[in-house]
Amino acid sequence: MIFVSSAAIFAPWVAPYSYETQDTLNTLAAPGFDHWMGTDRLGRDLFSRLIYGARVSLFIGVATTLLALLIGTIYGAVSGYAGGGADRVMMRFVDVVFALPDMLMIILITVMMGRGVMGMFIALTLVSWVTVARLVRGEVLRIKEYTYVEAAHALGAGDLRILLREILPNILGLMIVTLTFRIPVAILAESTLSFIGLGIAPPFSSWGTLANEGWKAIKFYPHLILFPSVAIFLTILSFNFLGEGLRDHLDPKSRTRFG
Amino acid sequence: MLRYFFKRVLHGIPVLIVVATLTFTIMRLVPGGPFDEEKKLPPEILANIQAKYHLDQPVITQYLLYLKQLAQGDMGPSYKYIGRDVADIISDTFPVSITLGLLAMLVVVGVGVPAGMWSAYRQNSMVDRVCVFFAMLGVSIPSFVLGTVLVWLMSHKLHWFPPALWEGPRHMTLPALALGAPFTGYIARLTRSAVLEVLASDYIRTARAKGLSESVVLLKHALKNSIYPIVSVIGPLTAGLVTGSFVIEFIFSIPGMGSFFITAVTNRDYPLIMGVTLVYAVLIVLANIMVDIIYMWLDPRVQV
Repeated sequence: MIFVSSAAIFAPWVAPYSYETQDTLNTLAAPGFDHWMGTDRLGRDLFSRLIYGARVSLFIGVATTLLALLIGTIYGAVSGYAGGGADRVMMRFVDVVFALPDMLMIILITVMMGRGVMGMFIALTLVSWVTVARLVRGEVLRIKEYTYVEAAHALGAGDLRILLREILPNILGLMIVTLTFRIPVAILAESTLSFIGLGIAPPFSSWGTLANEGWKAIKFYPHLILFPSVAIFLTILSFNFLGEGLRDHLDPKSRTRFG
Repeated sequence: MLRYFFKRVLHGIPVLIVVATLTFTIMRLVPGGPFDEEKKLPPEILANIQAKYHLDQPVITQYLLYLKQLAQGDMGPSYKYIGRDVADIISDTFPVSITLGLLAMLVVVGVGVPAGMWSAYRQNSMVDRVCVFFAMLGVSIPSFVLGTVLVWLMSHKLHWFPPALWEGPRHMTLPALALGAPFTGYIARLTRSAVLEVLASDYIRTARAKGLSESVVLLKHALKNSIYPIVSVIGPLTAGLVTGSFVIEFIFSIPGMGSFFITAVTNRDYPLIMGVTLVYAVLIVLANIMVDIIYMWLDPRVQV
């Protein structure tokens, strides 16, 4: 994962070719010495395109999850902390958004926003913050009953202070774990949509877009789809492993649990 | 029970109206209409078409008209498949998609639950490690990656299965596997953790102490009590299978709702998009109701 992220960040220096350089004598070349992963229909170096694609895929995965985490945490914390009628109304709204089929909504929103990186970013954020909001609310509901929160109240601390200083540090672990588990979900959603041609549109290309291009030629040039697919798979796998490790580490209670 | 069912269905209706309204709004906000062709249509023809589909009227009127027709089960005509109603297209494609979904569900439950139980029963053994490893792979592999790998290996290289279309059991094998695998991993992990927890409890020890055979302990005592977390994910599972089916139908050129949805989105065929979205939403709402009812049936303590 560190490898993929650093490749994405330093793409212009790592990539042997530019993502649009065409080697017109060498179109659809199999993986070889000049081009580690071969070239595509226009003679573009697949390895370089993969590295640039990592930027788009990872940016979407990380950025949407961070924003969703921010919105979801604020919303969930306020809802859980306020309790009563406000909580009911706020959660009713979350329930409705939650009941909407995610993938359909993402598709519809990207159609509306345009099929760029920005549209995908907004669409994914809009559907994924509710999951975070629910989790955080549950935790806040539990924590606010603790005596030390009560003690803080008794000492005259304001609501905002209690939320930030007493409750937030206690849900930090949960937030970090949620972050690592939601990133692969976002990467998966983006790559899936790009693969069926409803996600990121040219000139940008994510791993999903590359896989889509490779799919058209799978019978004769399987390397075009193999490498992007493997990249997506390994990235998701490593995020999942990281999440699991973090969860076991940060939450001793769940050490024996699995799902 | 019946009253509860109707109450839940009534609760589902607002969600569906929200879905209908959202889709409608989003569709009308999209720049460009369904009849913006490369070649400009003569204005009088365009006006004619728009009048036919009520596109010349204010958006509010269109919306109310749509809801009214919807209440009567009429989803309007398709804009691109001339002469065909959306309801008509959906009734053609729905059986295909639902078959695919049920087959995948069969894979998920038929493989995931036994694997999870076996794994928990032999915790930390070789079997357990293999199961846990494959479950992790399953959870992490996107179904389109698995689908394309299967097509390449099983169809193009080995010629065991056809790479596309939907004509018989042989055509259904690969799609059902590709759609089911990620969720199988998920269910296996869930089952494993649930069974592990139950196996550590006192009444299992009692059952063993009574001299009951291991299979009775495992199947009758342990499974019965670890089934709840598994049942509770059926709702999200259905949603996952529904959305996963787009990709699978795309890969295997299966003439189901997903394929039509993808083309409808690129064609801006509003009524078709809205129709398919609504059908999916109904499916998910129904699945959630079903889960609650199964829950009540399994555990009488759960009160309405």
